[in-house]
Amino acid sequence: MKPRFVLRAENPWWRGPLLVVMAAIVTFVITAALIRWSGGNPVAAFRYMFVNPLQSKFGFTESILSATPLVFTGAAVAIAFRAGYWNIGAEGQLLAGTIGATWFGLHAESFPAVVAVPGILLAGALCGAAWSLAPALLRARLGIDEVVTTLLLNPVALLVITGLLNGPWRNSETGFPDSDVIAESAMMPVVWPGTRVHLGLVFGIVVTLGCWWFVGRMTGGLRLRAVGLAPGAARIAGLPVERTMLTTALVSGGIAGMGGASEIAGVAHQLTIGISSGFGYTGVIVATLAALSFIGSLVVALILGIINVGSFSASRALSIPTTMGEVVQSVLLITVVAALVIQKYRIVWKSSDS
Amino acid sequence: MSSPTPSVLLKDIRKAYGATVALDGVTLELKPGEVHALLGENGAGKTTLMKTLFGLTQPDTGHIEIGGVTTTIASPRDARSAGIGMVTQHFSLVKTMTVGENLALAEAGLIRVDLAKARRIAQEAADRYGLEVPADAVVAGLPVALQQRVEILKALAAGCRYLILDEPTAVLGPKDVDSLLAVVERLRDQESMSVVLISHKMKEIERVADRVSVLRRGAVVASTTAKGMTTRELVSLMVGSDAAESVERIAQATRGDAAVALALRDVSVKRQLGGLDDVTLEVREGEILGVAGVSGNGQSELVDVLSGTLRPDYGQLEVAGKVVVDPSPFALLAAGVGILGEDRHASAVHHLPVVENLVLDQLRSVTRLGHLDRAAMAERCETAIKEFEIKATPSQHLGTLSGGNMQKVLLARLFGRSPNAAIVSQPTRGLDIASTRYVRSLIAGARDKGTAVVLVSEDLDEVLELADRVAVMYRGRVAGILHANEVTRERLGELMAGVSA
Repeated sequence: MKPRFVLRAENPWWRGPLLVVMAAIVTFVITAALIRWSGGNPVAAFRYMFVNPLQSKFGFTESILSATPLVFTGAAVAIAFRAGYWNIGAEGQLLAGTIGATWFGLHAESFPAVVAVPGILLAGALCGAAWSLAPALLRARLGIDEVVTTLLLNPVALLVITGLLNGPWRNSETGFPDSDVIAESAMMPVVWPGTRVHLGLVFGIVVTLGCWWFVGRMTGGLRLRAVGLAPGAARIAGLPVERTMLTTALVSGGIAGMGGASEIAGVAHQLTIGISSGFGYTGVIVATLAALSFIGSLVVALILGIINVGSFSASRALSIPTTMGEVVQSVLLITVVAALVIQKYRIVWKSSDS
Repeated sequence: MSSPTPSVLLKDIRKAYGATVALDGVTLELKPGEVHALLGENGAGKTTLMKTLFGLTQPDTGHIEIGGVTTTIASPRDARSAGIGMVTQHFSLVKTMTVGENLALAEAGLIRVDLAKARRIAQEAADRYGLEVPADAVVAGLPVALQQRVEILKALAAGCRYLILDEPTAVLGPKDVDSLLAVVERLRDQESMSVVLISHKMKEIERVADRVSVLRRGAVVASTTAKGMTTRELVSLMVGSDAAESVERIAQATRGDAAVALALRDVSVKRQLGGLDDVTLEVREGEILGVAGVSGNGQSELVDVLSGTLRPDYGQLEVAGKVVVDPSPFALLAAGVGILGEDRHASAVHHLPVVENLVLDQLRSVTRLGHLDRAAMAERCETAIKEFEIKATPSQHLGTLSGGNMQKVLLARLFGRSPNAAIVSQPTRGLDIASTRYVRSLIAGARDKGTAVVLVSEDLDEVLELADRVAVMYRGRVAGILHANEVTRERLGELMAGVSA
C-alpha cells in the first residue's frame, strides 16, 4: 500500500473552511503540549494570544499596526509565488525600501505632505524593486535559482543599513547608530485618532486589492498565473515567460519596499538596525497560509498581528518564552500547508500499482 | 551462476487505463541465452508490458510464468528476487553519491552499506563483461553512457537473469552504442542471460537480436526469429502489408494549385544525437502532409522547429510565402500557425480551468481595456464544449480531464483561432478508440475547410488514413515524399528503413 495524490475535480465551498478549522485544531493540540512543557497553562496562553488583543481597543489597534508591514510583504510574496518566482527576499527588499524611504524623508522638508507621503512610498518601492533586480535578471536570463539569490541578499541589505547608520547616517544629535528623524511632512498621518494606526495600512490594503484585481481579472494576471503554473505550456502558447517573471519579480520587490517605507514613515520615523523584525520572512508565512490568495493574506496578516501582540502579553503574564508566538505561527504554517495539499488532491491508497 | 535459467512467459496480459487499452492480451516468451527485441511505435505498449514484468504495474488479467510456475510480481522487489532487472529510460541513481555508493545502496540491507563488496562487484563486472565504471566517481559528473552502465551493474549485482533495457541506445552516441551492444552479447553468450531490448534502431536489432516481436496498439502483431533479418525486413514487419491490413482513407486528392501555406527551406539543426539535416517541406492550403518515420528520426525536432521552441541553425520558415524572421512561439502563432504538441501535458496548464486554457494563446482577442472579457470567454468555452464534444465543465481544471478530453480542449484551442497552418503531432497517442476516431475526423474537417495540416505520427494507419502526401523522415532527412495514390506500406517501409529509392 502506498499513497497517491490525485487531483480533485471538484472542490465544494465547505472544504476549504473545514480544512482550516481542522488545521487550527491540530495546531492547538501540538502547541498546547509545547506550552505545557515550558511550564505555562495552554488555555490561558491561548486566551492571551488570540482573545485578549481583541478585548481592548489598544490591543486591537496595536495588532493592526503589527499587521501593517505584513500586509505589504504578504502581497509581495503572494504575487511573486503566483508567477512561479520564489521570492524569499522580501526581507531584503523591505530593508532596501527603508533605505530609500529614509533618504527621501531626510530630504523632504520643503515638500508638502501631499507630495512627500506618496514620494516616500515611491522611493521605498523603487529601492525594493532595485534590490530584486539582480536575482530576477539572473533567473530570467540564466535560469539561476532565485530562492538562493533572493535569500542571500537579505543579510546584505541589513549590512548596508548597518554601514549607513555607522557612517553617513549616524544620528547627528545622539551619535547612536540610528538615522535622524525624517521630515514631518513625509510621515504617514494617523488614520484612527487616538491610536498608532497610520495611512500605510490603507496603502497596503489598496495595493493588495490592486494585486487581487490584476491577477484575477486582467489579461496580464492570467498570463502571470499561467506562467507560474506551467511555464512550458505558457511558452508553447506564445506567452513571454521570462518577461512576465522579471516584471513580477520587480513588482514584488517594489511592494515589499513600500512596506519598508510604510514602517519608516508610519512608525519609526527614523532608520534603525532593528527596523524589521523579520517582516519579509513572515510575509512568506502570510502568503502561504493564505494559499496565495490576496484577500486571504489580509486576514492572515491580521491574525499574525494579533498573535504577535498577544504572545508578548502571554509571555509577560505567564512567563513563557516570547518566541512561543513564532512557534504557534510555524506550526500553523505546517498544518495549513498540509491542509492545502489535501484540498487540492485526494489521497488514494493503492497496492503498489502505478 | 551455472544453474540453467528457465524461460519467462507473459501470458495473455491485458491492461487498460480507463477506456484506453494499453495491452490487449499479449503473450510473450523470453528464453535464456536470447536477446529479444521489442519493436513498435511509441505508445504501442512496449514499456507498459515490460513494467508489468518488472512489477511496476499490475495487469488487469493474465499472468506471468517463470519456468512453468505462475509467479506474482507485485513490486520491483518481487521482480528482483525472481531475477528480473530493468534499466528504465529515467535512471534511478543518487546523483550526488559515487558509483560505489550507489551500488552498495542497491545491495544494502537496512543495517550496513558494504562499499568493499560494491567495489568487488564493479571489478568483477569490468573483468567479465567489459562493463567498466569508475567506482569512486560521483554519478552526477559522469556521462550518460557511464550512468547507464551503473544501472546495468545494479541489476547484475542484484543477481538478475533477465535484463530489460528500455530504449537504452536513445541517449547514446555510436561508440557507446557499440560497447553497450558488446556487453549485451557477452551477457547472453557467457551467462546465457535473457535480454529484452526495446529499441527503434533497426541496425542494433539486426546486430544483436535473436528474436523480435512487434507491438502495435497493445497487441503482438508479429513475433519471429530475428537471426539473419535485415533492416528492410524488420521495418516491413513493423509496417505490415497492404494486403493484410487496409485502412479506409479519408484523404482527398491534393490540389496542386492551392497556395503554399507553410514551408521549411533547407532547415538544419545540428545536434550530437538526432537533429535535422537540410529539410525542405511545403504544405498547401487544404492539404494534409503526413510525416512518417521510425521514432527518433527527426520528427520531434521538426515539430519543435515549427512550434518555435527550437531555433534551426540553418534555413528558414515561411508562412504564407513570408519568411518568419524570428521564429518564436509567439511569432509563429501570430503568423497563423497552430500547434498540437506530441505531449499534450506539456501544452496544458493543469491547474487552470478549461475556460482559461482555451484562450491562453489568443489572449488579445478576449481582452478589453486590459481586462479579460469573461462573458466572451464563457461563450467561447460553451461553444467549444458543444462543438468538440468535450466532457467537462468550463470551470474544471484541465488536469482533471481524461486524455481524450484534454486533447479535444487543445484541438479546440488550436482550431478556434482558425490557423492557416496546423501542426498536429501524435494526435491520438494514448486515446481510446472513440476519441481517436473523433480527433481524426476533426483533422480531416480542418483540412476540408482549407487549413494546411502537417500530421506527424508514428501510427502508420493514421498517416495512411489522413494524409494527402506523406513525407518520410530518416536520420533527420526527408527520405522521400509520396502522393496519396502512390503510397503503399511496402514503399513507406523502404523509405523508413533508409533504403534509397
